[in-house]
Amino acid sequence: MNTEILGVILQIVLMIVLAWPLGKYIAKVYKGEKTCLDFVKPVERWIYKLSGVNPDEEMDWKQFLRALLVVNLFWFVWGMVLLVIQGILPLNPDGNIGQTCHQAFNTCISFMVNCNLQHYSGESGLTYFTQLFVIMLFQFITAATGMAAMAGVMKALAAKTTKTIGNFWQFLILSVTRILLPLSLIVGFILVAEGVPMGFDGKMEVSTLEGQTQMVSQGPAAAIVAIKQLGTNGGGYFGANSSHPLENPTYLTNMVECWSILIIPMSLAFAFGFYLKRRKLGYTIFGVMLFAYLVGVGINVYQEMNGNPRIDAMGIAQDGGAMEGKEVRIGSAAGGLWSVTTTVTSNGSVNSMHDSTMPLSGMIEMLNMQINTWFGGVGVGWMNYFTFIIIAVFISGLMVGRTPEFLGHKVEAREMKIASIIALLHPFIILVGTALAAYLFVHAPGFVAQEGGWLNNPSYHGLSEMLYEFTSSAANNGSGFEGLSDNTWFWNYSCGIVLILGRFVPIVGQVAIAGILAKKKYIPESAGTLRTDTATFGVMTFAVIFIVAALSFFPVHALSTIAEHLTL
Amino acid sequence: MKNFVKALRLTLVFCVFLSITYILVLWLFAKVAGPNGGNAEVATLDGKVVGAANVGQQFNQNIYFWGRPSCAGDGYDATSSSGSNKGATNPEYLAEVEARIDTFLVHHPYLTRKDVPAEMVTASGSGLDPDITPQCARVQVKRVAAARGMNEQQIASLVENSIQRPFLGLFGTEKINVLKLNIALDELDNKKRQ
Repeated sequence: MNTEILGVILQIVLMIVLAWPLGKYIAKVYKGEKTCLDFVKPVERWIYKLSGVNPDEEMDWKQFLRALLVVNLFWFVWGMVLLVIQGILPLNPDGNIGQTCHQAFNTCISFMVNCNLQHYSGESGLTYFTQLFVIMLFQFITAATGMAAMAGVMKALAAKTTKTIGNFWQFLILSVTRILLPLSLIVGFILVAEGVPMGFDGKMEVSTLEGQTQMVSQGPAAAIVAIKQLGTNGGGYFGANSSHPLENPTYLTNMVECWSILIIPMSLAFAFGFYLKRRKLGYTIFGVMLFAYLVGVGINVYQEMNGNPRIDAMGIAQDGGAMEGKEVRIGSAAGGLWSVTTTVTSNGSVNSMHDSTMPLSGMIEMLNMQINTWFGGVGVGWMNYFTFIIIAVFISGLMVGRTPEFLGHKVEAREMKIASIIALLHPFIILVGTALAAYLFVHAPGFVAQEGGWLNNPSYHGLSEMLYEFTSSAANNGSGFEGLSDNTWFWNYSCGIVLILGRFVPIVGQVAIAGILAKKKYIPESAGTLRTDTATFGVMTFAVIFIVAALSFFPVHALSTIAEHLTL
Repeated sequence: MKNFVKALRLTLVFCVFLSITYILVLWLFAKVAGPNGGNAEVATLDGKVVGAANVGQQFNQNIYFWGRPSCAGDGYDATSSSGSNKGATNPEYLAEVEARIDTFLVHHPYLTRKDVPAEMVTASGSGLDPDITPQCARVQVKRVAAARGMNEQQIASLVENSIQRPFLGLFGTEKINVLKLNIALDELDNKKRQ
């Protein structure tokens, strides 16, 4: 069998097989049960003490959210200041300059919301100091924010009736010390051993075989690559992200990095089942997500391995598939797999250039982000699915004439309103943003020209580039059709705003729903209860997600990706 | 306000814990176990560093095997990695590929169109792809041999010996590192001249 396809299968199997025990472990961590990593407890106590956190303090959902929002606001200020003045800070051997205000605004928000929309290039836009004290720090703590929010939601749903949903600070710290950091160290060790740079020397100057001078950017890449993959952040150390041969030098590193993207989101789907002692519900949710993921993988791997028909028409040997924007050591199959993996989660790292993938692959990449619930970003992806469960419970309840209930709590108008707002906000900000950009492109050519013309590709694909940018921002994904010249006033500000809305409105709404549900009177399950852990309900949720999320985007796909596919 | 103070203190603690401690652990590990003490791995010819082993470099001369087209800076600029980001149906891009095919055929007049591997006329994702497929190297053997006045058979077997198999022989692609192949070629040539 084709070794490229075998590689894809192995990667998926490794994710699923290891996600199960990790999910069990994560549930134990958030429950405070005994785990094999209890030896880090003294370190945690030390962190609690130095940061003034009382881990025993219980919060209601409003206090929980207030802590979450305040700490994020603080990080925004922290990042803004450091990015603008990075030129005069230490650890800057290459003498890079500070970012402009609109660029810093975009970069800072982008990493604060655990996205990685990068309107700069890592080699020249950041210093080693800001790579470590802004980018990498944020990659840990904002991933932990999403996981902490999910831990709060799980705690709320697990209880019969409760006012409090746990301690945000404690969940935040545990996510770092028990989950993100240990995994990052393991992945980091592998990457270093395989040749990803991890040093503080400036650019390396070499004289090539042909006698020219080549400068090679390097730096502390391995540490950042490990956490950017695991924390579904995805912000590349180098401009070309994981297609860069120093960021992803071998097929082994490619497998490890691709595995790292999905391992925590997959585990969290299991962890929910273990935490609530409703394994079957956990497996049902996991099953629906996995199904959607595998369909996407099938399409993209096929599309990319099949190659570009236009190149075939030139009469050359396109045996390796669509290799524009891909690397030989990775290949087209692993490129297709990664393009789906990185978009179902809100990771956004790339090992091939999405702008150059086939139009239908581009459609799957965008649909994954437009739906944004198949595994999703660490913590937040599962919570998006939770929103749709609420909607599905409500709709099915009405269909069969039963009171809509989820886990023993009645779902009523207030929760439904919040869930609907979250579900509709996502298509709204994507489509309005794209419409605005398309309008300006046609009606304000002077403004667009002054911003450098924006697009790198004409026609349908040009629309795809703009659509992708807003989709990626709203889903906090961060990958891009990078042909779009996006480091401009318009894109930095508009995407910055979309990023904030796309992150905080859902988190606030979802924690609120969980908090409100938890406060309600517990109703024991009976024969009249609509069961949510069955395959039927899984299909129902899938249908709701597909109808609400995917079909809103059908018209715009018809004009962009599908139209381009039909002209191949 | 209480939250704000906690946020500040916690951020500083995390800076020490993550941005410093975690980094130092991996940095020390790289010093000991990394291929080049934490810097990019290098490739040498006669003890002289001629490039980063994993970073592709520009080859234009006929005596060397060539790598893939590059969109990093002016070509293989390892300080500004980038792909072309051209869409599959972009007419400008397709014309560019067409031109690359013609150029490749001019330099390899013994080939027909259907022998030209797509990898040699499409730009890589990073613009720094260090590898080509075995077929990409095979089609260049005749040109390199003619330019060096070397035995074609000898170079062909050098190419076959340079092929890096898939991971564990089962997973991924076959590839040849262009820089390492060219170094081996220079070494072979030098030995002959002595």
